[in-house]
Amino acid sequence: MAKFRKDGGKPQPAINTSSLPDIVFMLLFFFMVTTVMRQTDLKVKVVVPQATEIQKLEKKSLVSYIYIGAPTESMKAQFGTAPRIQLNDAYASPKQIPEFIEKERAARSEAEVPFLTTSLKCDQEAKMGLVTDVKQELRRVNALKINYSSSLRTEVY
Amino acid sequence: MSKKKRPAAEINAGSMADIAFLLLIFFLVTTTIDTDKGIAIKLPPMPEEDQPQDDLKLKERNVLKILVNSNNQLLADGELITIKELKRKTKDFIDNPAKDPTLAETPQKAVISLKNDRGTSYNTYIQVHNELKAAYNELRNTMAMGKYGKAYNKLNADQTLEIQDYYRQVISEAEPENIGGAQ
Repeated sequence: MAKFRKDGGKPQPAINTSSLPDIVFMLLFFFMVTTVMRQTDLKVKVVVPQATEIQKLEKKSLVSYIYIGAPTESMKAQFGTAPRIQLNDAYASPKQIPEFIEKERAARSEAEVPFLTTSLKCDQEAKMGLVTDVKQELRRVNALKINYSSSLRTEVY
Repeated sequence: MSKKKRPAAEINAGSMADIAFLLLIFFLVTTTIDTDKGIAIKLPPMPEEDQPQDDLKLKERNVLKILVNSNNQLLADGELITIKELKRKTKDFIDNPAKDPTLAETPQKAVISLKNDRGTSYNTYIQVHNELKAAYNELRNTMAMGKYGKAYNKLNADQTLEIQDYYRQVISEAEPENIGGAQ
Protein backbone atom coordinates (compact mmCIF):
# COMPACT_ATOMS: atom_id res chain seq x y z
CA MET A 1 0.00 0.00 0.00
CA ALA A 2 2.86 2.27 0.67
CA LYS A 3 3.27 2.31 -3.04
CA PHE A 4 0.59 4.90 -3.38
CA ARG A 5 2.01 7.29 -0.87
CA LYS A 6 4.23 9.79 -2.46
CA ASP A 7 6.74 11.15 -0.14
CA GLY A 8 7.55 14.78 -0.37
CA GLY A 9 4.53 15.57 -2.52
CA LYS A 10 3.37 19.09 -3.18
CA PRO A 11 1.80 20.85 -0.23
CA GLN A 12 -2.01 21.12 -0.34
CA PRO A 13 -2.89 24.27 -2.26
CA ALA A 14 -4.81 26.82 -0.23
CA ILE A 15 -8.48 27.02 -1.03
CA ASN A 16 -9.11 29.95 -3.28
CA THR A 17 -11.32 32.35 -1.35
CA SER A 18 -11.39 35.11 -3.91
CA SER A 19 -14.98 34.33 -4.81
CA LEU A 20 -16.11 34.54 -1.21
CA PRO A 21 -16.93 38.25 -1.36
CA ASP A 22 -19.06 37.59 -4.42
CA ILE A 23 -21.03 34.91 -2.66
CA VAL A 24 -21.50 37.05 0.41
CA PHE A 25 -22.53 40.03 -1.69
CA MET A 26 -25.08 37.93 -3.47
CA LEU A 27 -26.59 36.92 -0.14
CA LEU A 28 -26.39 40.51 1.00
CA PHE A 29 -28.30 41.75 -2.01
CA PHE A 30 -30.90 39.08 -1.55
CA PHE A 31 -31.55 40.21 1.99
CA MET A 32 -31.44 43.87 1.05
CA VAL A 33 -34.08 43.32 -1.58
CA THR A 34 -36.35 41.17 0.53
CA THR A 35 -36.11 43.26 3.67
CA VAL A 36 -39.12 45.43 4.15
CA MET A 37 -38.37 48.11 6.63
CA ARG A 38 -41.43 49.12 8.54
CA GLN A 39 -42.55 52.28 6.81
CA THR A 40 -44.96 53.43 9.42
CA ASP A 41 -44.14 54.40 12.93
CA LEU A 42 -46.84 53.06 15.12
CA LYS A 43 -48.48 55.81 17.08
CA VAL A 44 -51.08 53.54 18.57
CA LYS A 45 -50.62 50.59 20.84
CA VAL A 46 -51.93 47.48 19.17
CA VAL A 47 -52.27 44.11 20.84
CA VAL A 48 -54.21 42.01 18.39
CA PRO A 49 -56.72 39.51 19.73
CA GLN A 50 -56.03 35.80 19.69
CA ALA A 51 -57.98 33.40 17.54
CA THR A 52 -57.76 29.84 16.30
CA GLU A 53 -59.27 30.02 12.82
CA ILE A 54 -56.71 32.29 11.26
CA GLN A 55 -55.40 32.42 7.72
CA LYS A 56 -52.20 33.82 6.33
CA LEU A 57 -52.33 36.88 4.17
CA GLU A 58 -50.80 35.85 0.90
CA LYS A 59 -49.57 38.84 -1.04
CA LYS A 60 -48.02 41.43 1.17
CA SER A 61 -47.83 44.00 -1.59
CA LEU A 62 -51.60 43.89 -1.91
CA VAL A 63 -52.35 44.65 1.70
CA SER A 64 -53.08 48.03 3.18
CA TYR A 65 -53.08 48.48 6.90
CA ILE A 66 -55.37 50.34 9.22
CA TYR A 67 -54.31 50.54 12.83
CA ILE A 68 -56.73 51.12 15.66
CA GLY A 69 -55.75 51.46 19.27
CA ALA A 70 -55.03 53.80 22.13
CA PRO A 71 -52.22 56.33 21.59
CA THR A 72 -48.79 55.20 22.74
CA GLU A 73 -47.27 56.41 25.99
CA SER A 74 -45.44 59.31 24.38
CA MET A 75 -48.56 60.49 22.61
CA LYS A 76 -50.91 60.19 25.55
CA ALA A 77 -50.26 63.64 26.90
CA GLN A 78 -51.30 65.20 23.64
CA PHE A 79 -54.02 62.89 22.39
CA GLY A 80 -55.49 61.25 25.46
CA THR A 81 -56.22 57.58 25.90
CA ALA A 82 -59.28 57.00 23.72
CA PRO A 83 -58.60 54.58 20.84
CA ARG A 84 -57.77 56.23 17.54
CA ILE A 85 -57.29 55.27 13.93
CA GLN A 86 -53.89 55.50 12.33
CA LEU A 87 -53.45 55.62 8.57
CA ASN A 88 -49.89 55.72 7.26
CA ASP A 89 -48.06 57.96 9.68
CA ALA A 90 -50.78 60.03 11.23
CA TYR A 91 -53.93 59.81 13.25
CA ALA A 92 -57.01 59.98 11.11
CA SER A 93 -60.75 60.12 11.37
CA PRO A 94 -62.98 57.51 9.70
CA LYS A 95 -63.85 60.11 7.08
CA GLN A 96 -60.29 59.95 5.74
CA ILE A 97 -60.47 56.24 4.97
CA PRO A 98 -62.02 56.53 1.49
CA GLU A 99 -59.21 58.87 0.49
CA PHE A 100 -56.64 56.47 1.93
CA ILE A 101 -58.11 53.52 0.03
CA GLU A 102 -58.17 55.53 -3.19
CA LYS A 103 -54.49 56.32 -2.76
CA GLU A 104 -53.71 52.67 -2.09
CA ARG A 105 -55.57 51.71 -5.24
CA ALA A 106 -53.86 54.35 -7.34
CA ALA A 107 -50.49 52.97 -6.27
CA ARG A 108 -51.30 49.55 -7.71
CA SER A 109 -51.97 48.46 -11.24
CA GLU A 110 -55.59 48.20 -12.23
CA ALA A 111 -55.50 44.42 -12.46
CA GLU A 112 -54.44 44.16 -8.84
CA VAL A 113 -57.12 46.40 -7.40
CA PRO A 114 -59.78 43.66 -6.93
CA PHE A 115 -57.32 41.66 -4.86
CA LEU A 116 -56.47 44.45 -2.46
CA THR A 117 -57.04 43.43 1.12
CA THR A 118 -57.35 45.73 4.05
CA SER A 119 -55.81 44.43 7.20
CA LEU A 120 -57.37 45.83 10.33
CA LYS A 121 -54.84 45.79 13.11
CA CYS A 122 -57.03 46.64 16.03
CA ASP A 123 -56.25 46.53 19.67
CA GLN A 124 -58.33 44.01 21.54
CA GLU A 125 -59.38 46.67 24.00
CA ALA A 126 -60.87 48.85 21.26
CA LYS A 127 -64.62 49.26 21.11
CA MET A 128 -66.68 48.07 18.19
CA GLY A 129 -68.12 51.55 17.62
CA LEU A 130 -64.91 52.78 16.06
CA VAL A 131 -64.33 49.53 14.19
CA THR A 132 -67.86 49.65 12.83
CA ASP A 133 -67.28 53.18 11.56
CA VAL A 134 -64.17 51.99 9.76
CA LYS A 135 -66.04 49.03 8.29
CA GLN A 136 -68.82 51.29 7.06
CA GLU A 137 -66.32 53.57 5.33
CA LEU A 138 -64.64 50.57 3.72
CA ARG A 139 -67.98 49.34 2.45
CA ARG A 140 -68.71 52.77 1.06
CA VAL A 141 -65.62 52.64 -1.15
CA ASN A 142 -66.18 48.98 -1.96
CA ALA A 143 -63.06 47.72 -0.22
CA LEU A 144 -64.78 44.57 0.93
CA LYS A 145 -61.91 42.17 1.46
CA ILE A 146 -60.78 42.66 4.99
CA ASN A 147 -58.72 40.74 7.43
CA TYR A 148 -58.97 41.08 11.19
CA SER A 149 -55.38 40.69 12.22
CA SER A 150 -55.06 38.17 15.05
CA SER A 151 -52.41 36.00 16.55
CA LEU A 152 -52.68 32.27 16.97
CA ARG A 153 -54.24 30.84 20.08
CA THR A 154 -53.47 27.21 20.70
CA GLU A 155 -56.20 26.59 23.25
CA VAL A 156 -59.46 25.68 21.56
CA TYR A 157 -62.77 26.15 23.30
CA MET B 1 5.48 69.04 -16.38
CA SER B 2 6.51 65.55 -16.37
CA LYS B 3 4.97 63.02 -14.18
CA LYS B 4 6.62 60.02 -12.90
CA LYS B 5 4.58 57.07 -13.87
CA ARG B 6 3.99 54.66 -11.10
CA PRO B 7 2.25 51.36 -11.44
CA ALA B 8 -1.29 51.63 -10.09
CA ALA B 9 -1.38 50.41 -6.53
CA GLU B 10 -3.44 47.29 -5.99
CA ILE B 11 -6.35 47.80 -3.68
CA ASN B 12 -6.34 45.17 -1.05
CA ALA B 13 -9.67 43.42 -1.34
CA GLY B 14 -9.04 41.03 1.45
CA SER B 15 -11.32 42.86 3.86
CA MET B 16 -14.16 43.02 1.35
CA ALA B 17 -15.57 39.77 2.64
CA ASP B 18 -15.54 41.09 6.19
CA ILE B 19 -17.39 44.25 5.22
CA ALA B 20 -19.92 42.29 3.26
CA PHE B 21 -20.41 39.87 6.11
CA LEU B 22 -20.99 42.72 8.48
CA LEU B 23 -23.68 44.17 6.24
CA LEU B 24 -25.14 40.73 5.68
CA ILE B 25 -25.46 40.12 9.39
CA PHE B 26 -27.07 43.52 9.85
CA PHE B 27 -29.74 42.71 7.29
CA LEU B 28 -30.21 39.23 8.64
CA VAL B 29 -30.88 40.65 12.06
CA THR B 30 -33.18 43.45 10.94
CA THR B 31 -35.23 41.37 8.54
CA THR B 32 -38.50 40.48 10.13
CA ILE B 33 -40.39 37.96 8.14
CA ASP B 34 -43.55 38.63 10.03
CA THR B 35 -46.42 36.87 8.42
CA ASP B 36 -49.61 38.73 8.83
CA LYS B 37 -52.34 36.42 9.96
CA GLY B 38 -55.93 36.94 10.82
CA ILE B 39 -59.56 36.17 10.25
CA ALA B 40 -60.51 36.89 6.65
CA ILE B 41 -63.96 38.37 6.16
CA LYS B 42 -65.75 39.67 3.14
CA LEU B 43 -67.95 42.63 3.90
CA PRO B 44 -71.33 42.90 2.22
CA PRO B 45 -71.56 45.70 -0.32
CA MET B 46 -73.16 48.92 0.84
CA PRO B 47 -76.90 48.80 0.17
CA GLU B 48 -78.12 51.17 -2.50
CA GLU B 49 -79.94 54.23 -1.25
CA ASP B 50 -83.24 53.37 -2.89
CA GLN B 51 -83.06 49.65 -2.25
CA PRO B 52 -85.62 48.40 0.24
CA GLN B 53 -83.90 47.19 3.37
CA ASP B 54 -85.74 43.99 4.12
CA ASP B 55 -86.44 42.50 0.75
CA LEU B 56 -85.89 38.95 1.82
CA LYS B 57 -87.80 37.30 4.57
CA LEU B 58 -86.29 34.31 6.26
CA LYS B 59 -88.05 31.77 8.35
CA GLU B 60 -87.52 32.31 12.02
CA ARG B 61 -86.07 28.84 12.53
CA ASN B 62 -83.41 29.31 9.88
CA VAL B 63 -81.83 32.29 11.54
CA LEU B 64 -79.54 32.11 14.53
CA LYS B 65 -79.65 35.54 16.08
CA ILE B 66 -76.57 36.46 18.04
CA LEU B 67 -76.56 39.66 20.00
CA VAL B 68 -73.56 41.02 21.85
CA ASN B 69 -74.09 43.88 24.24
CA SER B 70 -71.69 46.47 25.57
CA ASN B 71 -70.89 44.27 28.58
CA ASN B 72 -69.67 41.63 26.14
CA GLN B 73 -72.52 39.29 27.02
CA LEU B 74 -73.84 36.96 24.37
CA LEU B 75 -77.44 36.26 23.55
CA ALA B 76 -78.03 33.46 21.04
CA ASP B 77 -81.66 33.02 20.03
CA GLY B 78 -82.78 34.63 23.25
CA GLU B 79 -80.56 32.57 25.47
CA LEU B 80 -77.69 33.96 27.50
CA ILE B 81 -74.59 31.90 26.72
CA THR B 82 -70.82 32.14 27.03
CA ILE B 83 -68.30 32.24 24.20
CA LYS B 84 -67.32 28.68 25.00
CA GLU B 85 -70.83 27.39 24.33
CA LEU B 86 -71.21 29.27 21.09
CA LYS B 87 -69.49 26.76 18.82
CA ARG B 88 -71.56 23.86 20.13
CA LYS B 89 -74.76 25.85 19.71
CA THR B 90 -73.86 27.00 16.22
CA LYS B 91 -73.02 23.50 15.10
CA ASP B 92 -76.28 22.17 16.48
CA PHE B 93 -78.15 24.96 14.78
CA ILE B 94 -76.59 24.43 11.35
CA ASP B 95 -76.54 20.66 11.27
CA ASN B 96 -79.66 20.03 13.34
CA PRO B 97 -79.04 16.29 13.71
CA ALA B 98 -82.09 15.82 15.96
CA LYS B 99 -84.37 17.59 13.42
CA ASP B 100 -85.43 20.04 16.04
CA PRO B 101 -88.22 22.19 14.57
CA THR B 102 -86.72 25.33 16.12
CA LEU B 103 -83.34 24.92 14.41
CA ALA B 104 -82.31 25.25 10.77
CA GLU B 105 -84.17 23.14 8.20
CA THR B 106 -81.06 22.35 6.19
CA PRO B 107 -77.47 23.57 6.50
CA GLN B 108 -77.90 25.48 3.25
CA LYS B 109 -80.76 27.52 4.62
CA ALA B 110 -79.01 28.38 7.86
CA VAL B 111 -78.15 32.02 8.33
CA ILE B 112 -76.33 33.48 11.27
CA SER B 113 -77.24 37.00 12.13
CA LEU B 114 -74.72 38.85 14.21
CA LYS B 115 -75.50 42.10 15.88
CA ASN B 116 -73.22 43.94 18.21
CA ASP B 117 -73.33 47.11 20.16
CA ARG B 118 -71.00 50.05 19.64
CA GLY B 119 -69.68 49.41 23.12
CA THR B 120 -68.81 45.77 22.51
CA SER B 121 -65.09 45.15 22.83
CA TYR B 122 -63.24 44.22 19.67
CA ASN B 123 -61.83 41.15 21.35
CA THR B 124 -65.30 39.74 22.03
CA TYR B 125 -66.33 40.44 18.46
CA ILE B 126 -63.31 38.54 17.13
CA GLN B 127 -63.96 35.65 19.52
CA VAL B 128 -67.55 35.40 18.26
CA HIS B 129 -66.40 35.45 14.65
CA ASN B 130 -63.75 32.91 15.48
CA GLU B 131 -66.21 30.52 17.08
CA LEU B 132 -68.64 30.83 14.17
CA LYS B 133 -65.86 30.11 11.74
CA ALA B 134 -64.65 27.24 13.89
CA ALA B 135 -68.15 25.74 13.87
CA TYR B 136 -68.28 25.82 10.07
CA ASN B 137 -64.75 24.50 9.74
CA GLU B 138 -65.49 21.61 12.06
CA LEU B 139 -68.68 20.68 10.23
CA ARG B 140 -66.88 20.84 6.90
CA ASN B 141 -64.05 18.78 8.24
CA THR B 142 -66.39 16.12 9.58
CA MET B 143 -68.14 15.91 6.24
CA ALA B 144 -64.84 15.73 4.35
CA MET B 145 -63.64 12.96 6.63
CA GLY B 146 -66.86 10.99 6.27
CA LYS B 147 -67.14 11.39 2.52
CA TYR B 148 -63.59 11.38 1.25
CA GLY B 149 -61.59 10.22 4.25
CA LYS B 150 -59.44 13.31 4.07
CA ALA B 151 -59.23 16.54 6.01
CA TYR B 152 -61.12 19.46 4.51
CA ASN B 153 -57.99 21.40 3.59
CA LYS B 154 -56.52 18.36 1.82
CA LEU B 155 -59.37 18.01 -0.68
CA ASN B 156 -59.16 18.98 -4.31
CA ALA B 157 -60.93 22.04 -5.68
CA ASP B 158 -64.13 20.26 -6.73
CA GLN B 159 -64.56 18.49 -3.44
CA THR B 160 -63.87 21.66 -1.52
CA LEU B 161 -66.47 23.47 -3.54
CA GLU B 162 -69.02 20.76 -2.95
CA ILE B 163 -68.57 20.89 0.80
CA GLN B 164 -68.48 24.66 0.78
CA ASP B 165 -71.77 24.59 -1.01
CA TYR B 166 -73.27 22.17 1.48
CA TYR B 167 -72.18 24.17 4.51
CA ARG B 168 -72.57 27.63 3.11
CA GLN B 169 -71.22 30.12 5.53
CA VAL B 170 -73.68 32.94 5.74
CA ILE B 171 -72.96 35.41 8.48
CA SER B 172 -75.07 38.46 8.18
CA GLU B 173 -74.00 41.44 10.18
CA ALA B 174 -76.69 43.91 10.96
CA GLU B 175 -76.40 47.49 9.86
CA PRO B 176 -74.92 49.28 12.87
CA GLU B 177 -77.27 50.59 15.49
CA ASN B 178 -77.27 50.90 19.20
CA ILE B 179 -78.67 47.91 20.96
CA GLY B 180 -78.79 48.64 24.59
CA GLY B 181 -76.17 49.92 26.96
CA ALA B 182 -74.13 51.99 24.52
CA GLN B 183 -71.79 54.48 26.09
